Amino acid sequence: MLINHPLLGPRDAAEFVVKGDAALIGRPDGMTASPQEMHDYAYLRDNPAGTHRELWYHEQGDRSWLVVTRDTLTHEVLDVALARDVARAEGRSR
Amino acid sequence: MRYSAWQILKEGLTGNKGWKPVWREPEPKAEYDIVIIGGGGHGLSTAYYLAKEFGVTNVAVVEKGWLGSGNIGRNTTIIRSNYLLEGNQPFYEHSLKLWEGLEQDFNYNAMVSQRGILNLIHSDPQRDAFARRANAMRLSGADAELLDREGIAKMCPFLDFDNARFPIQGALWQPRGGTVRHDAVAWGYARGADERGVDILQNCEVTGIDIEGGRAVGVQTSRGSIRAKKIAMCVAGSSSRVAAMAGMRLPIESHVLQAFVSEGLKPVIPGVITFGAGHFYVSQSDKGGLVFGGDIDGYNTYAQRGNLPVVEDVCEGGMAIMPMIGRARLLRMWGGIMDMSMDGSPFITKTDTPGLYFNGGWCYGGFKATPASGFCYAHLLAKDEPHEVATAFRLDRFMRGAPIDEKGQGAQPNLH
Repeated sequence: MLINHPLLGPRDAAEFVVKGDAALIGRPDGMTASPQEMHDYAYLRDNPAGTHRELWYHEQGDRSWLVVTRDTLTHEVLDVALARDVARAEGRSR
Repeated sequence: MRYSAWQILKEGLTGNKGWKPVWREPEPKAEYDIVIIGGGGHGLSTAYYLAKEFGVTNVAVVEKGWLGSGNIGRNTTIIRSNYLLEGNQPFYEHSLKLWEGLEQDFNYNAMVSQRGILNLIHSDPQRDAFARRANAMRLSGADAELLDREGIAKMCPFLDFDNARFPIQGALWQPRGGTVRHDAVAWGYARGADERGVDILQNCEVTGIDIEGGRAVGVQTSRGSIRAKKIAMCVAGSSSRVAAMAGMRLPIESHVLQAFVSEGLKPVIPGVITFGAGHFYVSQSDKGGLVFGGDIDGYNTYAQRGNLPVVEDVCEGGMAIMPMIGRARLLRMWGGIMDMSMDGSPFITKTDTPGLYFNGGWCYGGFKATPASGFCYAHLLAKDEPHEVATAFRLDRFMRGAPIDEKGQGAQPNLH
């Protein structure tokens, strides 16, 4: 697989570590969330067959975190964005 | 028909005209006591033990493809019981004991071959860890020995003992480990279940799970709807997809694990050798091919194929520890989809929906568990209480803070 890095251009997928579902960006507030909410966040996954948004870490490159949208049935990469931009758009960061 | 040497002789003398299909091709009935979703190794062994050990024969196994088309035919055929933790090891030892009596039990040649499994040690801390593991194994009634370099050299003189990065310091050796002909396991269980009245429905894809008044009462399939008193999911690899039909989210990600086989060679590798530090393990099939593999690719996927970086990584691992295989050519490679659970351990459990049961999360260790998984799942289905060696495999264990974290790596499904 080639990952079309927004800053670096096409990079070999082997340079990355995959952290799983990009929904992990939306971590509940640990001070107010219930144990059930934290459990669901930490352990449960949608694990869809088809389009999946996931976190990729460019460990062997510029160490940026990316949100890669990929088809889990075909391995086709549909979209790549900086996780920073995605998190800001979701109101996670200032 | 009971298989025996006498039967082979008789058929040989009479033109092999008496052999019958090994199982029937029945039409689905409108209702069963238990419907098992998934006709792989675990589903078929569950049906077999339900019928044989627990007397429940009004059972259907529904399979989307053909029988044994999934991971039962895609694994690397290794059996062993070399686990550490209390929740795991007694279960896997129970499984190994069932493997040892399996062929007599279901009257089918599964080529169970206890040629031993060797886990290589490269450092003092690793030796300590394996010594602890060996003690845990022996406490559960399994066999385990620690070998030194000389002990390994007698068996495997071809290993690169003085490898610069991972010199071999010893090994954990389980003589009762080994390999089994994986397809024959599916066929043997299917035949045994069918003989006792279980309906095996192939090309029958489950498209929905019917829930009425909070209770699971049946399944919708590509061959019509089937009602059932109990519904047993047994579809490791696709568990999240099937569970989603019942509105469940699981602590599981689906990943691909690749396996490889070389061209046929003369006997060179005596048992199973694992080189965990280099992400490589190998055995030699009875046909002569080196059967080997490594780690999962590491990204979510339902495609039954992997990518080339892992192929390179696995082959490098093999070359590092046994340079003699450098001239052997890779013949085939393939991928299977794993339920990677959050702690690396499986589930054999009830769900929050009455009448709905779940077996899955086998990570890449499902094959060795096939007999005990079926036995314990059958126990749960028949008696509504877990078998004594499978009490820890519950879905609520993360909520209770009781994960079975065999590797000590935490909630990280792409590491196990």
